[in-house]
Amino acid sequence: MKREAIANAGLALLLLAVPLAASTMGEPFYITLATRIAVLALAAVGLNIALGLGGLVSFGHAAFFGLGGYAAGILATHAFNAEPLFFGIPSTTSMPVIWLVAMLVCGLIALPIGAISLRTSGVYFIMITLAFAQMIYYFAISWPAYGGEDGLSIYVRNSFPGINTARPLPFFLVCYGLLALGLMLFWALRGSRFGAALQAARQNATRLAAVGIPPFRIRLTAFAISAMVTGLAGALFADLNRFTSPSMLSWHMSGELLVLVILGGKGRLFGPVAGAMLYVLLEYWLGGITERWQFFLGLILLGVVLFARGGLMGLIAGKERHG
Amino acid sequence: MVDPVLEIRDLRKNFGALKATDGVSLDLLPGEIHALIGPNGAGKSTLIHQISGSLKPDGGTIRFLGQDMSGLDMAARARLGLARSFQTSSVAQEFSALRNVMLAVQARQGSSLRFLRPVMRDRSLVEPAMAKLERVGLADRAHVPAAELSHGERRQLEIAIALALDPKAFLLDEPMAGMGPEGSKRLTEFLGNLRREAPILLVEHDMDAVFALADRISVLVYGRIIATGKVSDIRNDPEVRRAYLGDAA
Amino acid sequence: MSTALLIEQLLNGLQLGVMLFLMAAGLTLIFGVMGLINLAHGSLYMIGAFACALVAAATGSFWIGLLASLVAAAAAGAIVEILVIRRLYERDHLDQVLATFALILMFSEGARWLFGSFPLYLDIPPLLQGAVPLPGGGQYQLYRLGIITVGVLVALGLYLLISRTRLGMRIRAGESDREMIAALGVDISTLYTVVFALGAALAGLAGAMVGALQSVQVGMGEPVLILAFVVIVIGGIGSIKGALFGAVLVGIVDTMGRFLLPQALTLVLPPSQAALVGGALASMLIYIVMALILAVRPSGLFAAQS
Repeated sequence: MKREAIANAGLALLLLAVPLAASTMGEPFYITLATRIAVLALAAVGLNIALGLGGLVSFGHAAFFGLGGYAAGILATHAFNAEPLFFGIPSTTSMPVIWLVAMLVCGLIALPIGAISLRTSGVYFIMITLAFAQMIYYFAISWPAYGGEDGLSIYVRNSFPGINTARPLPFFLVCYGLLALGLMLFWALRGSRFGAALQAARQNATRLAAVGIPPFRIRLTAFAISAMVTGLAGALFADLNRFTSPSMLSWHMSGELLVLVILGGKGRLFGPVAGAMLYVLLEYWLGGITERWQFFLGLILLGVVLFARGGLMGLIAGKERHG
Repeated sequence: MVDPVLEIRDLRKNFGALKATDGVSLDLLPGEIHALIGPNGAGKSTLIHQISGSLKPDGGTIRFLGQDMSGLDMAARARLGLARSFQTSSVAQEFSALRNVMLAVQARQGSSLRFLRPVMRDRSLVEPAMAKLERVGLADRAHVPAAELSHGERRQLEIAIALALDPKAFLLDEPMAGMGPEGSKRLTEFLGNLRREAPILLVEHDMDAVFALADRISVLVYGRIIATGKVSDIRNDPEVRRAYLGDAA
Repeated sequence: MSTALLIEQLLNGLQLGVMLFLMAAGLTLIFGVMGLINLAHGSLYMIGAFACALVAAATGSFWIGLLASLVAAAAAGAIVEILVIRRLYERDHLDQVLATFALILMFSEGARWLFGSFPLYLDIPPLLQGAVPLPGGGQYQLYRLGIITVGVLVALGLYLLISRTRLGMRIRAGESDREMIAALGVDISTLYTVVFALGAALAGLAGAMVGALQSVQVGMGEPVLILAFVVIVIGGIGSIKGALFGAVLVGIVDTMGRFLLPQALTLVLPPSQAALVGGALASMLIYIVMALILAVRPSGLFAAQS
């Protein structure tokens, strides 16, 4: 337990220190790399609520990641063109409003998707979440109003009151702050009554029902919260790249999000952070060595799944224990 | 005549051609231990599953405290006050014994949609849970993960969870199974006192325990109840002796 | 709209369904017997297409290419099963998803490495070039009819294989009780390799046949894979009958939706809007159908286990 706390603090400091150092040395690229890590980690924190705590293997979380991205992209586009959204409501480039919209949209869409998917379990659940995400993906591709296959550019990064988000370091700090909030939420949920019921639903759903708590309601709530956090990360990701596209909704993205959680260690507080660091650094490092980096990424991932169960946090901090 | 707590009438369940529950009627009266016995394959588990709500009957009614339970799922029945223990221990393996009982306390208190306050610092959960563990003699193992408890300890934990629900009736599915003679003796004594809090429908293979505890016994054979009565009546019932006790006693 | 056009679209739907069946049959067989969810099934489809295109180009014969696609996909399947997949049978579905996701990355990048990013083209064999007349006027591509015929023959063959042969008996036994089949003295790891290779060969066959209609390129297996997942979820995972039914349903609903929805919407919307909304709805249609079916039957139409 203590080793894990030290490892967590180390990861948190490392992720903060590198961009600060890069900023003083005038290396904005490393700040962007760290921002990418923070945003992907936040998306994975969201998935970790469903997967790590609730045991819900969602193979469709790209849907929420992408919806968050489109929320940012669509609001920015309307604001940029000074077109009202609907019923004459003006759009906005204010990040807090955009985040709220992204989370609201994801929560509302997660409820019906979750309600149908959670009637099933096991492989069915995996495939149904995948299929729903594909449905949204194909909708985004075939609906030309917001770029269709080509995606949607955000010409000016959205704004945050009192902060110049166009500069890499302030934007990193915004993302880092939200990641910290996301981790605090995960921590609070895990220790709460809701978290107790959710983890019990993963370990033994019959037992949970036998004490009078319906597993379905608990899981559906968790699925929606999880989708909202991942959606928030999606909005940040769109602002990071100043671009939203159907690829954020693709099943590769869903797979990547699962990979982040598993690489780091599912159910662990800092698992998603460790996973995102490892993944982005591997991508960067392998990409620098060979054009065929995806092949080797696959090889490493295969090795982790077959031989290093428990992920990076499992290796660093040992087996997890519950209070 | 007092109203029964649990009232089963003409319950039927078929699996294909097999009549697993064939017109079963059964009452559980306040303050009693009603034992349900029968040879393997008689349909005891099927009956328990239908009462607790994990299996839907094909026909008949189950009323609990006067209310028809047919539309209710397992969780809703538990909330009405029907506490069930499982034949093979079924607990949250990664949680400590204490957290397993706390989950039941939490369920008893109402909504689980509370997201922020840490349960381990919530005295309204920890203290009642600890008290139940003490009652079953498991207090010194409170912080051990359920997966690391011995078989007998897990049976005790099941009872503690049931107690924490503060139920109107207990549905205990072979609570003695796999317990040593010492443990069985203690549990027998414990259950004997428990009937004062709520009546118990007891499915059990341990005949010593059944004869020591039961106020009434029902004998289930091939999905039908062939006899119901006091211990002495059942012991002397010729049909029961032939169908069941003959090869056991 | 003319009858001929409608019949043509129905046949297109049937052809898509047949092709999906070849994919779905393998997926569902592998899941039914070994309990494994295999994302890399689309890679085997791609391998079949590449093998067919390369061998056909080298030998000048589509038919030798088709044979090569079966052999290559089955061999790739067997090798992957022995090296990786058999370590996954005892794992949970999450591990299976991740490991086979990793395999996709490796196969796709490997194919790009070997063959480059440019698509290969595969010609329709001379024997099946041309078209046949349809009732009500119009014509239909002979090659597509050929695909439908192959699909029907494969479905028949699978039925006979599973119900009449020793291998089929073992497959059925493996589905119901793994320990029993081991106790019968059947070498279970060989059986698993054979089943996996069989599924792979069917995927490779599908890839090769579709390769002549479209182009042969990296990533071609992925959209098909996801449709095949929809098929087996609708049909009930583990059920070959369900896979057949689901495949034809998905093929026809998808094709007819794309054909009819934009036209139907012109009744209530202006034409440009109707095409837009109709197109978007049509691309989501099979997922909506799937959601409806699962809302009523959460484990599919022909679920193997209750």
